[in-house]
Amino acid sequence: MAPIDRRTLLASIGAAGAASVLGPLTASGQRGPIVTRAVPSTGERLPLVGLGSSITFNVGDDVAARNSCAEVMRAFFRDGGRLIDTSPMYGSSQEVIGYGLGKLGRPKQVFSADKVWIPSGARGPAQIEESRSLWGMPKLDLVQVHNLVAWEDHLKTLFAMKAAGQLRYVGITTSDGRRHAEIEKVMASQPIDFVQVSYNPLDREVEDRILPLARERKIAVLANRPFRQGALIRAVERHPLPAWAREADSANWAQLILKFIVSHPAVTCAIPATSRVDHVRENMGASYGQMPDEALRRRIAAHVQSL
Amino acid sequence: MAEWWTYTLSDLQSFSLETYYRLFARYNAAIWPVPIVALGLGATVGTLAWRGSDSRQARLVAGILAGCWMWTAVAFHATHYASVHRAAPWFAWAFGLEALLLAGAGFLGRGLSLERRGGPRAIGLALFLFALVVQPLVGLLFGREWREFEVFGIAPDPTAVGTLGILLLAAGRKRWLLLALPVLWCAFSAATLLAMGTPAGWLMVAAAVLGLVGSGRKGLGSGLNL
Repeated sequence: MAPIDRRTLLASIGAAGAASVLGPLTASGQRGPIVTRAVPSTGERLPLVGLGSSITFNVGDDVAARNSCAEVMRAFFRDGGRLIDTSPMYGSSQEVIGYGLGKLGRPKQVFSADKVWIPSGARGPAQIEESRSLWGMPKLDLVQVHNLVAWEDHLKTLFAMKAAGQLRYVGITTSDGRRHAEIEKVMASQPIDFVQVSYNPLDREVEDRILPLARERKIAVLANRPFRQGALIRAVERHPLPAWAREADSANWAQLILKFIVSHPAVTCAIPATSRVDHVRENMGASYGQMPDEALRRRIAAHVQSL
Repeated sequence: MAEWWTYTLSDLQSFSLETYYRLFARYNAAIWPVPIVALGLGATVGTLAWRGSDSRQARLVAGILAGCWMWTAVAFHATHYASVHRAAPWFAWAFGLEALLLAGAGFLGRGLSLERRGGPRAIGLALFLFALVVQPLVGLLFGREWREFEVFGIAPDPTAVGTLGILLLAAGRKRWLLLALPVLWCAFSAATLLAMGTPAGWLMVAAAVLGLVGSGRKGLGSGLNL
C-alpha cells in the first residue's frame, strides 16, 4: 500500500460536514464539525461512521427491543449520523429500521443503504420493492448486491433503477475476505458507486488491491465488520487504551479502531452495528476530531495485532 | 443458492443471544399457562417411562411426544421463532414430520414398547430427566432470567433431548428414523448456541452424543415396531 501523508489525508477528508442541529458533543467530549468524506461518483458527503444493523436490529416483533433500537437510531442521528445499512439477510432488521424511522418522525438526513440478496435475478425487483416498503421511504439511496449473489442479473436491475431515478447509488458487497478476486472483477468492469468489504486493524487484505482499485475507479467504500462482530472489541478491551490514542482524539478502543479504518483515504464510511445507545455514541465519536496519519495508523495496527 | 458454500455458521447467525433469550420470555408469556401443562405432561411421560409400560400406556407416551413436537412446530417455530430466523418455517416442517413419525410409531402396527431394563435405559432416563428438570433451570447458570426458561414439550431443545431419552427406552428396527431429527436438532441448536457465544451449546452436543451412543448400544431386533 502506498504511504499516506497527513496532507493527502486531510485533502481527502472534508471537515465541512453537517453537524446536527443538536450539536456534535461526542462521547469523548470533543466539539467541532463532524468529519465527512465524499462519495466519489457524486461528491455527496457522508459522515465517516454509519450504523450497521446485522444481528443487533433483528429483534422480531419484540416491542421493547424495537424501541431500544429506535433510541440507538435517535442517538445516531443526534450525533450527526446518516448512513444506516441493512439487508434482507438480516431477518427483521429492515422492518425494525422502518419502525425506528417512523418513531423518530422520518429524519430527513437518513441515507438508506440496503441490499438485494436472492438467487433469482427475476425476483430481485420484488425484493428491492419490499425492502423499500419496509424502510417506509419513497426510494432507497443505495442498493448493493449482497455477497455477489446473482450479481450479473441484479446489477442490470439496479443500473436500470438508477437510470429511472428509483435509487441513487449501486454497489456490491462481500465480507470476511471472501471472493475478492470476483469483487475486483466487478469493480474493474462495472460502473458501480459503492463497494462494501470487511476492514479493521486485523483484517487488512483489502489494502493490497481492493482499496487502491476503489480510489482508481472512484468507488466509495463501506467498511463492514469493523469490530469482527464484537470479538475484536472484547479482545482489546482487556487491555488499557494506549496513551498515544489521544493523538487521534480517541477516548476508547472503539474510536481508535474506527479511526484506523476511516482514516484510510479510500474508505468512505465504517458501519459498526450496536444495540446500545452508549456504544453508538462512542462509535460516532470517531466521526469527530483529529484522524490518525499514516505513522499512527501503522502504530494502531501493530499494537492491536500484538494484543 | 450457489454461494451458500461461502457462508459460515456465524454469517447465518442473524440475531443475538439476548434476542434469543427474550424470545422465550415472550413465548412463555404468550402461551401461559401452557408451560405448566407441559411440565405435567412431561412428568406423565417420565413416570410411564420409569415404570416401563404396557402397549396402551406406550401409545399414550407416543401420543404425548407427537403432540409436543407438533405444538413446538406450530406455536414456537412457525409463530415465534420465525420472527427472527428465516429458516424457522423449515424447522416447523421438520418438527411436524417428527410428530407424524412418532404418532405412526405409536399407533400403527404393533405400536411402541418401552423396556423395563437394559444398559441404555439409564442413559435414556437420565437424558429425559435432564430435559424435564435441569434444562429449564440450567439457563440461569448462563445468565438467563427465570422468565426465559425452556420447557420440555413446548421448546425445541428440551423436547428434542427428552425425546432422545425416551427413544433410548424404545428399541426397534426403525429407531434410527425417529432418532434422526432429534439428533439433527441437537447438533443444529448446539452450533447456533455456540455461534452466539454461550457454552450452553455444549450441553446439546453432549445430549446428541449420548443419544447416539446409547442408541448404538441397543440391539436392532426388538422393541419399537412401525
